[in-house]
Amino acid sequence: MWKSMTSPTSESEATLTLAIVNDGDVVRGRQAVRDLAVSAKLSLVDQTKLVTATSELARNTLVYGGGGELRASIVSEGGRQGVEVEFIDDGPGIPDLDLALTDGWTSGSGLGLGLSGAKRLVEDFEVDSAPGRGTRVRIVKWKR
Amino acid sequence: MDDLHSPDPTEQSWGSLLRTNREEVLEKWTQTAAANLGGRMTPAEMGRDVDEIYSALVRADTGDQIDIRSAAYADLRSLLTELSRTRARQGFSPTETAVGVYALKDAVLEILEAHGDLPGYRAFARLSRIVDDLGMFMLETYATTREAVIAEQAEALLELSTPVVKLWDGIVALPLVGTLDSARTQVVMEALLQTLVDTGSEHAIIDITGVPAVDTQVAQHLLKTVQAARLLGAECIISGIRPQIAQTVVALGIEFGDIHTKASLADAILLAMRRSGLDVVKSR
Repeated sequence: MWKSMTSPTSESEATLTLAIVNDGDVVRGRQAVRDLAVSAKLSLVDQTKLVTATSELARNTLVYGGGGELRASIVSEGGRQGVEVEFIDDGPGIPDLDLALTDGWTSGSGLGLGLSGAKRLVEDFEVDSAPGRGTRVRIVKWKR
Repeated sequence: MDDLHSPDPTEQSWGSLLRTNREEVLEKWTQTAAANLGGRMTPAEMGRDVDEIYSALVRADTGDQIDIRSAAYADLRSLLTELSRTRARQGFSPTETAVGVYALKDAVLEILEAHGDLPGYRAFARLSRIVDDLGMFMLETYATTREAVIAEQAEALLELSTPVVKLWDGIVALPLVGTLDSARTQVVMEALLQTLVDTGSEHAIIDITGVPAVDTQVAQHLLKTVQAARLLGAECIISGIRPQIAQTVVALGIEFGDIHTKASLADAILLAMRRSGLDVVKSR
């Protein structure tokens, strides 16, 4: 279920870890990921897409997960570079993942596009969640 | 602890240690404290502070009481609170703030080394503990004040960052720069709606050139602002949508519906002018 952890082809360099406990942390996480995206030489459009996805998912971690952690690193696989970002929380978890990934569905007061929209903004998107077990979301944006 | 209470002829209290060497202590204390501030306070200014701390400290000496949270130290605490706050607001570092009291230890130790005796050193050991506690107390106060200063600045920034400018009769613009969170949106929306009413404008341009990323939260805030403006009878145009933002917004699935959007502020101004029946023509 958690493929990235066992994948032998993907090797990560220095990992940046950031606690997500308030709105300011979401902004800081976004800036840190933007810096990584710049050093991984992602195009401006890809940088913006990754940063926006980070913003959505970090806010989910904060609002629905009750706070958690963001881990970001530059990864390379088969000669191409990308930026991997993980969002980890010990919150209530997502009971129905298919429903949560439906456009326009929200358990809160947002637009209901955060999770599904973030999925469309990146190439790799994995969610590991169950009620009471917290949520881990892992995304990778690859350099084209 | 009992031996501390019993009067001992060889026992010297830290208070009397300070009192008997008053002039010397004050001079060395002021010197050390001022030297650590790199000239940012004159020796005279430092001297006044040191003098006040000295007096309060000597007054607090009631024998063996070394708990600085006790009533005997109330005056000293309020004095240090005041000093820490002043230092924090003047932009001194935590070290520069605490060195004001820590320097006392250096001063007294120097005097003891010159003509020291065992009771003197015992008294110094107790004084040392008090000074350490006082230093920590100053740092706590300092940190609290700094946090208050930062919170004030954040609030000031919130207001600074929301200028609504009049572009033409009936046309106002709101250039947004930076992160658009809920608190800022509230301020921005209020400022815009108030200006719309005050100027009787029917067109508002919200320029997001300076917004680094438009996620669903930012979009939701924008949509709400536009809806609120509509209730006042004003039409909004969102301008400054850069190509990468456009692509991201489309991928996210955000729909701006019937809200007019333009790539540049110039395009938006032209649209707003045409809507108000004006046009820009070249003069001959």
